[in-house]
Amino acid sequence: MSQPTFTFDDLKRILLEGSGAPEGGGLDGDAQDVLDTEFSDIGYDSLALLETASRIEREYGIDLDESVIGDATTPRAFIGAVADHLVAPAA
Amino acid sequence: MTASVVVTGLGITAPNGLGTKDYWSATRVGKSGIGPLTRFDAAPYPAKLAGEIAGFAAEEHLPSRLMPQTDQVTRLSLVAADWALADAGVRPADLPAFDMGVITASSAGGFEFSQHELKSLWSKGGEYVSAYQSFAWFYAVNTGQISIRNGMKGPSGVVVTDQAGGLDAVAQARRQIRKGTSLVVAGAVDALLCSWGWVGLHTSGRLSTADDPGRAYLPFDERAAGHVPGEGGALLILEAADAARARGARVYGEIAGYAATFDGREPGLRKAIELALADADLAPSDVDVVFADAAAEPELDRIEAQTIVAVFGHRGVPVTAPKTMTGRLYAGAAALDLATAFLALREGLIPPTVHTDPADRHGLDLVGAQARPAALRTALVLARGHGGFNSVMVVRS
Repeated sequence: MSQPTFTFDDLKRILLEGSGAPEGGGLDGDAQDVLDTEFSDIGYDSLALLETASRIEREYGIDLDESVIGDATTPRAFIGAVADHLVAPAA
Repeated sequence: MTASVVVTGLGITAPNGLGTKDYWSATRVGKSGIGPLTRFDAAPYPAKLAGEIAGFAAEEHLPSRLMPQTDQVTRLSLVAADWALADAGVRPADLPAFDMGVITASSAGGFEFSQHELKSLWSKGGEYVSAYQSFAWFYAVNTGQISIRNGMKGPSGVVVTDQAGGLDAVAQARRQIRKGTSLVVAGAVDALLCSWGWVGLHTSGRLSTADDPGRAYLPFDERAAGHVPGEGGALLILEAADAARARGARVYGEIAGYAATFDGREPGLRKAIELALADADLAPSDVDVVFADAAAEPELDRIEAQTIVAVFGHRGVPVTAPKTMTGRLYAGAAALDLATAFLALREGLIPPTVHTDPADRHGLDLVGAQARPAALRTALVLARGHGGFNSVMVVRS
């Protein structure tokens, strides 16, 4: 059984599917820069993250703590939090 | 306290025209936007005609970020607001956020969005409902999205009084401007031509079940048997007259008077007209044209015609109902009538009332299928909301 992964590309795809592209192309910059940019500066509010979390839960069959959305204010933190949830059920 | 409040911009989305120019060039020649419903299969329903807006591609006007979180009604509202601001020559980013407000009317909110989410809820489960459903359905959503998009943080709100709402919102905007807000986006756009909305509209018992677009919505006609629903409406930019003058704005005219009443033991429409004229400090003889509510329901038509005759005399004032070309747009209807009144004043042309052959017994001078040139200075707009709301607005060039 292969280990499911959650990458920046996955996050980007789900953000775009669920909440559209932010004005000013906030997601299109250098990936390393975008990873550490606050979601609010990219152009996504808390509701966009709620929608994104809900889509991830559906697609990956996991339950994300509500704290993920509040605490993970950058893509890097968000991806890390999702990755933690992906490994937990497999243990 | 009684500072003059003027209209400096119009944004129109209507079944017979997208944008003020398209709408007015269709309306002045009697071009109707009523036809068979195409948005969904209307075959199983008694009513099958509507005034649909065709050729509106929201993604051509709005950023992708807004698409997953907006219903058709909000997309139309955002675009109408953009057009109204551009028409007024206003760049919101240049103005203080708390000096600008947004007041719209709504009668249904984002119905089609809700229909989609409720389908997901009952067929797939709660986890499939969009987070954006939390506001996308809501009556105040158009006000909220216009406010966010344009950075308008001044006094804002929503009124829900069916067709009367289009005037009530503008009246509320006038109050806020008199209290010191510089600019308010006001009016209404409604859109609920989805199958769920369609079922809801049938509960009024007032929908026309005709299938000939030319015989379906016939206010003041002996054959009147209900109305055709439509989508769209208008948003207007309201400013204090001295502020508009100071920035050299083009002015369509003034919101000169307004009143609202509620039907009790007697219909309240006459009282609303009298109070609105008093508010404008005008006499009935000063009114050059009346935009009728035009319910096309025999008893409501009788009350409206009797009221107009009681105030203005037998065939005492030209009456028009350009909404015969769009269908009734609910909250959007009276806002569109208001915008149309300003266009009529500007051109000196009373737009036509199409299809209807008015009954003589009503005693109305109803402008028929041809527009009527006239020297126009003052127009009266009547609106009745389902459930007994009456609102009347007087506008003056």
